[in-house]
Amino acid sequence: MFSFIKKYTETMKDINFYPIFSLLVFVAFFVGVLWYVKVMDKKEVDSIKNLPLEQ
Amino acid sequence: MQLESFQYDNKTVRNFAIATIIWGVVGMTVGLWVALQLVFPTVLNLQPYFNFGRLRPLHTNAVIFAFVGNGIFMGVYYSLQRLLKTRMYSDTLSKIHFWGWQLIIVAAAITLPLGISTAKEYAELEWPIDIAITVIWVVFGWNMFATIIKRRERHLYVAIWFYIATFVTVAVLHLVNSFELPISLFKSYSWYAGVQDALVQWWYGHNAVAFFLTTPYLGLMYYFMPKAANRPVFSYKLSIIHFWALIFLYIWAGPHHLLYTALPNWAQSIGIVFSFMLIFPSWGGMINGLLTLRGAWDKVREDVILKFMVVAVTAYGMSTFEGPMLSLKSINAVAHFTDWIIAHVHVGGLGWNGMLTFGILYWLIPRIYKTELYSKKLANVHFWLATLGILFYAIPMYWAGFQQASMWKQFTESGQLKYQFLETVTYMAPFYAMRALGGVLYLSGAIIALVNIFKTIGQGTLVANEEAEAPALEKEYTKHTGEHWHRWIERKPTPLLIMSLIVILIGGMVEIIPTFLVKSNIPTIASVKPYTPLELQGRDIYVREGCYTCHSQMIRPFRSETERYGEYSKAGEFVYDHPFQWGSKRTGPDLAREGSGNLKKSNTWHFNHLEEPSAISTGSVMPSYAFLIEHDLDTATTPLKINAMRTLGVPYDEGFAPKANAALMVQAKEIAASLKKDGIEVPANKEIIAVIAYLQRLGTDINKK
Repeated sequence: MFSFIKKYTETMKDINFYPIFSLLVFVAFFVGVLWYVKVMDKKEVDSIKNLPLEQ
Repeated sequence: MQLESFQYDNKTVRNFAIATIIWGVVGMTVGLWVALQLVFPTVLNLQPYFNFGRLRPLHTNAVIFAFVGNGIFMGVYYSLQRLLKTRMYSDTLSKIHFWGWQLIIVAAAITLPLGISTAKEYAELEWPIDIAITVIWVVFGWNMFATIIKRRERHLYVAIWFYIATFVTVAVLHLVNSFELPISLFKSYSWYAGVQDALVQWWYGHNAVAFFLTTPYLGLMYYFMPKAANRPVFSYKLSIIHFWALIFLYIWAGPHHLLYTALPNWAQSIGIVFSFMLIFPSWGGMINGLLTLRGAWDKVREDVILKFMVVAVTAYGMSTFEGPMLSLKSINAVAHFTDWIIAHVHVGGLGWNGMLTFGILYWLIPRIYKTELYSKKLANVHFWLATLGILFYAIPMYWAGFQQASMWKQFTESGQLKYQFLETVTYMAPFYAMRALGGVLYLSGAIIALVNIFKTIGQGTLVANEEAEAPALEKEYTKHTGEHWHRWIERKPTPLLIMSLIVILIGGMVEIIPTFLVKSNIPTIASVKPYTPLELQGRDIYVREGCYTCHSQMIRPFRSETERYGEYSKAGEFVYDHPFQWGSKRTGPDLAREGSGNLKKSNTWHFNHLEEPSAISTGSVMPSYAFLIEHDLDTATTPLKINAMRTLGVPYDEGFAPKANAALMVQAKEIAASLKKDGIEVPANKEIIAVIAYLQRLGTDINKK
C-alpha cells in the first residue's frame, strides 16, 4: 500500500498545483470562519466578551 | 443557584513570575555580552566555553524559552483559573511543571557553553533535554486540559483557544523537528538531511516565533489588556477571526526563511503567499488590542501598565507588518543574512514579548500580594529606558542591514565587486557599538523592574490560595432556540484541540511531505560523496562551535554572490548534511565553497586564521579557536558516527566503520605534513586538523570529474 503511494508521489507531476491548492483551502476555510462569526448570537458574544472582567 | 467555594493557586503564578524576571535579566545579560563580543572580540570571547558561537544559542534559548516561556506559564496559570472559575487541576502537576521547566533551563545553560548542541536554531538542545521538554510540555497540557474539564464556566474565552493552539502546535513542532539519532548521551544527528532538514527546521523555527512568542502572548493580550484597561476587548468576533486565520496561515510561512535557497521553488512560493496574507489577521489582532483602549486613552497617560501594553501591541503591529514585507522575494534578497533581520526579531522580542511581559508583571504581582506596586516612578523610568532601548537597538541594526546588503552587492564600473567582505565587517563596528548601547538601556530597565518587583513582594504578603466563589456548571447544557450546530466548539475543548490540530497539520503536511517524497525536488548529483571520517569529525566540531551563527553555507543565485563565493548552491549538494548548516546570518562570509575555486586557501592559512583570526584578517570579529590546536580529536566516536550515518542512509560501504579511523589518520597526517612544510608543528590527532579538513572539503564536490 505504502509503496504504491510512494511510487506515485515520487514521480508526482504538476507540483505547482500545490500553492493554488493551498490558497483555495485557505479561502474556503476563511469564508467558513466569516460565516461562523456572522451567525454568532450577539447576547452570547457579549457575555463571553466580559468573562475576563468577572472576578 | 448555589455557589461553590474554591481557591485560586497563586503560588505557582508567583513562582513563574519570579522565574520570568530573573531569567529575563540573565538572558538579556547574555545578549548584551554577545553584542559586546562583536565590539570587543578579542577581550570578550573567552574560549572555548564563552565564544560567540556557543553563547549566542544560549542567549536565544534563554530569552525565548526561559524569559518568554516562564512569562507564558505565569499568564496562563493566572488567567486560566479565573476564566474557568476553578483552581488548576493538580498542584503536583503545577509543581512538576514549574521545577521541570527550570531544570531544563539550567540544563540548557550548562550544555550550550559546553558545546553540546544540535546546531538547529532555537532547537539546539540535545536529545535528552528534548525528551525532558516533551515530558514537561505534556505535564503542562495535562494540567491545562484537566483544568478545562473541571471548569465552572461553560464558554471558553478566546484566550484559552490561543493557549490550546499553542500547546498542540508546539508539541507537534518539537516532536517533528527533534527527530534525531543519538550516538551518545550528548551527541545526536538530525534524522533529516540538507534541504529536508532546512525545511523542517524553518517550519519549526518560524512557528516557534508563531506559537511560542505570538499565540500564547495574544492569549495573554486578550486577557490582561481588558483587565488593565477595565473594559472588554473591542471586538470578540474579530478575535475569533484573528485566531483561526492566524493559526491557519502561520504554519505555512516557514519557507520564507529559505527564499532563493536550494529549497524547491513551489515551496518558496507557498511560503511567500501565506506570509503575505498573515498581515491581515495580525493587524486585525493589533487593531483589536489598541481599540480595546477606545475611550480610555486618557488612562494610558497615567497608567504605566497600559503604556507598556500599548508599546507591546504597537511593536506587534510593526513586526507583523515587516514580516510579510520581508517575505517578498525582492525585499528578502536585500534583508536576508543581514542585521536587518536582527532588528526585526528584536522589535518583536523586546517590544512585543518584553513590554507585554513587564506590563503583566506590574499588574499581576501587586494583585497576588495584595499590595500596591512599590514604585510607579521606577516603573515609568523602566518604561522609558525600555522604549529608548528598543529604538537604540533597532535603528542602528536597520541601518547596518541596509549598509551590509548594499556593500555586498555593489560592483565597480569595470564589473568587479567593490568591497571585500572584511570591509563590510569593519564598517559595522559603530553600529554594533550603538546596538550594544540599546541593549544596556533595555537591560537597565529590566534590572530596575527586578528591583521594583522584589520590593513590591517584600512589602506585601502572598495570597497563596485566593478565595473565590462560583456556581457549579450545569451537567446538562440546554441549547437556546435558534442555536447553530457549530456553537459546540466554543464550549468543548476537545473538538477545539482537534480542529486546531487539523488546521495546523494541513499546512505542515502540504509543504513537508512532497519535499520528502518527490524525488525531482532534490536532484541528486553523482559527484557528491559522503564526507571522509576526518571531515565528518571536523564538521561535528563546526556544529559544536556554533559556526552557523555567523557563517552561512548557502550561495544564492545572485551575481553579487556567485562572483564572491562561486557557483550557487544546489539542493543535491547537501544530501549527506545531518544537520544542514545553511545558517541565517552572515556576520562572516559564506562558507559553502570555502574549499573550492577562488576561495580555496592553504591549510596553513586556515591554521593561522583559526588560531588568531584578527592576525590574518585585520578588523575581523571572529573569536580565536586556538584551543582546537590543544584539544585531541575524540576518534573513539568515529565508528559510531559512521554507523549512525549509515542508518540515516549515507552510503558508506558496509564494514567501513571499524576501518574509518585508519582512513582518518591517513588524511590527518597529510594535513599535518603540509603544515609542517610551512614550519607549523602540530600533531595529526588535534581537533584543528579535522576542522581544516572539513573547511577544505566545502563546496568541492560539484567540481569533481
